[in-house]
Amino acid sequence: MILAIETSCDDTCAAILDGDNLLANIVSSQTRFHARYGGVVPEVASRRHLELINLVVAEALTVAGVELGQIRRLAVTTRPGLIGALLVGVATAKAIAFACGAGLVGVSHLEGHIAANYLQPEPASPPFLCLIASGGHTSMIYVAAERDFRLIGRTLDDAAGEALDKGARLLGLDYPGGAALDALASSGDPAFASFPIGLDRAGNFDFSFSGVKTALYYYLRDAGAEMVQRRRADIAASYQKAVISALVKKVIAAARSLNCSQICLAGGVSANTVLRRRLGQECTSRGISLRIPPPELCTDNAAMIASAARFLPDAPHPEWLSMGARATGGLLV
Amino acid sequence: MLSIVSSSVAVTAAMAASLARLLKPGDVVFVSGQLGAGKTVFIRAAAHELGVGELVTSPSFTIAQTYAGRATIHHLDLYRLDGFDADDAVDLEPFFDKDAITFIEWPEQAKLFLEEPAVVVKLEHVDEHSRRISFLRPREDLKKSLEELVAGTRH
Repeated sequence: MILAIETSCDDTCAAILDGDNLLANIVSSQTRFHARYGGVVPEVASRRHLELINLVVAEALTVAGVELGQIRRLAVTTRPGLIGALLVGVATAKAIAFACGAGLVGVSHLEGHIAANYLQPEPASPPFLCLIASGGHTSMIYVAAERDFRLIGRTLDDAAGEALDKGARLLGLDYPGGAALDALASSGDPAFASFPIGLDRAGNFDFSFSGVKTALYYYLRDAGAEMVQRRRADIAASYQKAVISALVKKVIAAARSLNCSQICLAGGVSANTVLRRRLGQECTSRGISLRIPPPELCTDNAAMIASAARFLPDAPHPEWLSMGARATGGLLV
Repeated sequence: MLSIVSSSVAVTAAMAASLARLLKPGDVVFVSGQLGAGKTVFIRAAAHELGVGELVTSPSFTIAQTYAGRATIHHLDLYRLDGFDADDAVDLEPFFDKDAITFIEWPEQAKLFLEEPAVVVKLEHVDEHSRRISFLRPREDLKKSLEELVAGTRH
């Protein structure tokens, strides 16, 4: 049985995985915690993680109905992220592993996102092309086997989720507004305005989302407040279309070039309704199977860290006592 | 006023590279400007001039990225840290390192407890391709070089 901890981003997360059975998957932004402890401190701050970590771990054990003594392995995100935030998770995992005589394994957040696809209800198996799109990352990885990754493309500047969040902010929505932008766009006309699709003709699988954000800034500045107010949903839909089109076009082109018949999604942008619909249509018409984990496994969570840990060896004892955290690093490093 | 209008990304990048050549380990540079003003573009060019070979991407979500160049380069983005206060300064401490050069986007979010910068670079939208680049509050030893840099660009 694996207890996994993830504190690399905004949420404090703990999960318990027993074989293929996910017994608990607790995230601090879930209503239960947020209503009680939600505050003004930036979520990424280490003191925020410190306040929540024991509560979140205790909740995971309660929901799973297991005792600490039953945990045989601890899995924890060690990279990438803010060192202070990561260390809250690493220190907690070490302490529990030490107390329980359990094994400990350090996991990369990005490997975790990919490994969300190995969880129920529809576990995928390699080979597949994985699009990781979130607020902090946008890359395409060819997963030949559970531990065999090939980077196919990546963003050269902003992440896709960042482009959606910042576009939302420019349109007057609260940050992070990716989900609010999606909702606003649902009643808008995506053909109303034209925004550039980054690296559309570059002939490679890299992404760029900085230009579309700047284009929106100038569009809003030149259009005038009255028009922007009246056509906000149309502008939101048009902007979102440009961001999502880049993802859809490149992932389909990459799958074709790799002759790959399975695409998996990972990261918070997987919840975007336009991405799901348009990529779904493209995949269906080309006979590609598309797998999208449920939303709670796409956004940051610890279940994905537990899932990735299944394919990794325990850190050697007692060297793991000096296991640290790293600000950088992604797959296999 | 130490200020020029850059007509392209290439000119902005050249200015960033020129500034980078004036920096030394321990220096902190604030880079302010609106969304899309070119803060990341500016810092990317400065980092490349300082020997960073890797791709420099936006750290808005991750808050900080660290690169190996001729010195260690830290690239911070405080955009998301609206409520950061002195109690949270501990999270940023690792990036104020006397052996590293640190660039900070959105420093306004946390100005109460940040180190005094060597210079503040302000980027402003002029039109879709042009940006006004201003060097504010330069440290005494950088003043003359920055004046020459700005004067040289105007000719």
